[in-house]
Parts: sequence; structure tokens; C-alpha cells
Amino acid sequence: MNATVLPPGLPRPAPSVEGLGQAFWEGATRHVLCLQRCQDCRTWQGAPELICRHCGSYRLGDEELADTRGVLYSWQRVWYPVHPALKDAVPYVVVLVALPQAPGVRLVGNLVNDPGGPLPIGAALEAVFEDHHNADAEYTLIQWRLMS
Amino acid sequence: MSIKGRVAIVGIGETKWYKRGQSPDAEFKLCVAAIKAAAADAGVDPREITGFSSYSEDRNTPARLANALGVKDFAMSVMQWGGGGGGCCGAVANAAAGILAGYCDYAVVYRGLAQGQFGRFGQGAALNVIPGDMGYVMPYGMLSPAQLFVMRITRFMHEHGVNQSALRAVAMASYHHAQNNSRAIMRGKPLTEEAYDASRWITEPLHLYDCCQENDGAAALLLTTTERAEKLAQKPAVLLAAASGGDPRAGEFGASACNAPDYPTSNFKYVARRAFATAGLGPQDVDVLQCYENFTGGVVMAMVEHGFCQPDEVNALFTLANLKAPSGRLPLNTSGGNLAEVYMHGLSLITEAVRQLRGTSPNQVPNAKVSMVIGGPMVNPVSNLILGSS
Ligand SMILES: [Zn+2]
Repeated sequence: MNATVLPPGLPRPAPSVEGLGQAFWEGATRHVLCLQRCQDCRTWQGAPELICRHCGSYRLGDEELADTRGVLYSWQRVWYPVHPALKDAVPYVVVLVALPQAPGVRLVGNLVNDPGGPLPIGAALEAVFEDHHNADAEYTLIQWRLMS
Repeated sequence: MSIKGRVAIVGIGETKWYKRGQSPDAEFKLCVAAIKAAAADAGVDPREITGFSSYSEDRNTPARLANALGVKDFAMSVMQWGGGGGGCCGAVANAAAGILAGYCDYAVVYRGLAQGQFGRFGQGAALNVIPGDMGYVMPYGMLSPAQLFVMRITRFMHEHGVNQSALRAVAMASYHHAQNNSRAIMRGKPLTEEAYDASRWITEPLHLYDCCQENDGAAALLLTTTERAEKLAQKPAVLLAAASGGDPRAGEFGASACNAPDYPTSNFKYVARRAFATAGLGPQDVDVLQCYENFTGGVVMAMVEHGFCQPDEVNALFTLANLKAPSGRLPLNTSGGNLAEVYMHGLSLITEAVRQLRGTSPNQVPNAKVSMVIGGPMVNPVSNLILGSS
């Protein structure tokens, strides 16, 4: 039984050496979307940074979203595997997902229910939290399901 | 002070082109040979080269090259940051700036590639943990350049109703021109629309023929002032503009790029404006264009962002008839480009732009007077340049 979209062997995510992304990946293990947000101007930052890119404040926090739905912003269906772990896993779909609750933020994930053919940009998606229990690390990837 | 009209490309040098891993010579030797060829082309003693400029972490260091060439002084070494082939014209801009500043009289811009000897652009890294920006994309199988950039193309096509035929036309133009170029890797292998349509997907919507080759070889450009250029062997290709940079919000490759406020872009909106302003020209003045095909969709976006057409005119402009020399509306990638001549990370596009002004292209555009190069799109920074016959 393969419970993950892609087989094991791909690199796992981690916060930057400065700690950026720590709350995001910890949130994922709790099955919530937790994003960096400026505590002064309230701008969300999908790519976390040490400073608010909008107002220049260093007062950054992390806030959980109330729900885990998104919108399909762009996509690709990969047929040529560039990593040995993916040799028998093609095709697979990578989606770029906009989060209406956090304007400007987009997340990358895999589509768990690829219907084949051109995918409907603008369609509603829901997050699927995919837990990985590796010998050296436990982490959770955020995948997406097309809602019908 | 503008750079316009003050510096020229006076020599071009290339090795033989090889398929990836086929070069009998080491990368450094290829690089030295290309530089010596550029100097010979210009009629300049290679020991007069005291400035070195490259991009994208070229492995052939200026210190080793200066030593090997026995230059009389080692006065300038400049590296254009990051950006894959996005930096090819930026390296020319930096060399020109150094010449204008008086740091050196002759500067060389070079690229050496023996991708069998070293790693490749096209392969994802084999790592166990990916921290930071790339950690948001690589665990999802978004690893290679094609995978990192293609969703911009998909979104652009969606927003503007661009058809697959536009991407195909870029590939068709390169393969068409390669058939007349005795140096082109894909000479003798013409591409038909049927073969394009039937070719396998790399990652949708990119077919095999939408993606650049990987090759071995080296190329070099010799630059000096237009004043000195008058006394040299070749008709100078005068630098009318060279610009680099990008959207300040464009980010890098991972989460920062995916969260760029302007996502479906080649990242040329700022750079295109600056280049044309420096040259005092517009897209309507360009006689022949070399536009870096890492992926065909990036060419479409880059040309739109340079004003060669509006987004809703893409399907009409991008046909083989419009893009081929000598008589198309805008002859594109006239040596066969990255897809069908060789992939030298952009330098072979600049040598071709120079040949068009000299009248020595394998697909010559009659009386070409303004010859433009657009470097690798979608990365950050990107760069471009405009050459003129005077
Ligand atoms: Zn702020």
C-alpha cells in the first residue's frame, strides 16, 4: 500500500538555517495551514522572510487559516522523471494553489485525484495532509484534491 | 553616461559543438580555445585581454585563464550572479562597463561547457533534505528547470488564450534555421509539425522539442571600445544597449518565485524597458532577434514583454513563416538557437547576433542593422542586449 502521491526517496522539506518555515512545517504535521503574517500591516507572506516585504517591519508572526481550501492557479503534468525515485511514478501532477483566505499566497503540491487531460484553472481544491514516517524524520506534505 | 555606442564586440570565437559528454577535450581547454579564437578573429594578441567576465558560476576561473593565456596584466574579473543562462547578456554588460570605467582595454566574455565532465542544468539535485525556499517545491517532484518554470507558461497561456501552436512555431523556427547551418547539431534532422505534435511530453505543456538540448563546447566574445574597434580586423558589432536585472519581486526558484506578485512572466518587463530606452529604439526597429529557448513558452512570454506583439496577438505572430529568415516579419534564432544549433547557455546566440551584423549568418537577414539578443527568460536576474552596425 502506497499512501503517498509520490514514492519515497525525494528530498524532505526543512526550515531554512534561519528558521524560516518552521511554523509552516510544524503546522503541517498538525494538519493546519500556518502562514507567516506581518503583525503590523497584516500582509501574508507565502515565502517567509526575515522582514515584511510590504512595510519593512520585523514584527512577523505565524497564523493558522480557518479552513484549508484553495483554488487551482496553475499546474503541470510531469512525464519525464528527473529523479531516480520517480522513475515509475510518472505521470504525476504538480499544482500551484492560491489561497483565498491569504491573498497573494500560493502553495505547491501534488494533485491526489488527477482526472487526466487539461486541468480546470480556477477550480476549488482542498488540502490533503500527507504524513511521512521516515526512519530519520517525521514530516507532512500538503497535497490537494479537486473538489467535485 | 550611457553605454550606447561606446563599446563593441570585435571578435567571436567558438569551438566545435558536441553532443553532451562527447567532447574529447576538457572543459577548460575548450574555453581557452574559444577565447584564443575570439582574439584571432579580431586580430588581437590574446595576451592583451586583461578583463574576464562570465555568468552562472562558470567553472573556468579568470585566475586560471589569465595564467594559461599569459596575459600581460590581470585587471578585471566579474561574475554575473545566478540566473542560469539569464546572465549571458549581463556578462556582456559588465564587461562593457569595465571597459568604459577604464579597468581594462580588452575584455572577454566566455562560457565553457563539458556537461559530461561536470553536472548538468537539466538534472535535479540528489539531496535528502531541502531547507528553505526550495523545500516548498522539491519534495513535490518539482526539481528540474523545466518543472520549476513551466507553470508560468501554463498560466500565461490560460490568461491570454495562447495555443500550443505558438510554442511549436518557436521550435520550428530553430530547426528550420539549423538545416542551413553546417555547425548545427540538428542539421539534417528537420522538424515537422506532425513530429512535434507526436513527440513525448516532458512536462505538460512542454513537448520534447520545447526543451533545449545539452551540449559540450565553448564560446567567447572579445570586447573593446568603439575607438579601438576601428583599427581591428572585423566590422564591429556596436553595443547600443545591454541590461540586466528583473522584477524586484520575482524571487528565486522555489517558494519566493511561486509567490511572485506577477507570476506568469518571463521577468523581462523591467529589463526590456531599460534596454530600449538606452538604445533609443523600440521593438519595431529590431531586424533580427535571438531569444534564448530554455523552453519555447519562455520565448513567447519574453517577446511579448519586449513589445514584439501584444499577448492577444501571439497566436497570429508565432508561425514559422513570420519567424524565419530572410523574409519573415521577425527572423528568430537564425543559427538554430539553443534547440537545434547548440546550447551554450546563450553565448552562441550572441555570436549569431554579431554574424548577422557582419553579413555572415548561415541564414542572413538582408541589411540587418539592429540585432537583438534576449537571454534566458523566467530566471532572476535576466538580461538582454542590442547590437548595431554603427
Ligand atoms: Zn508589514
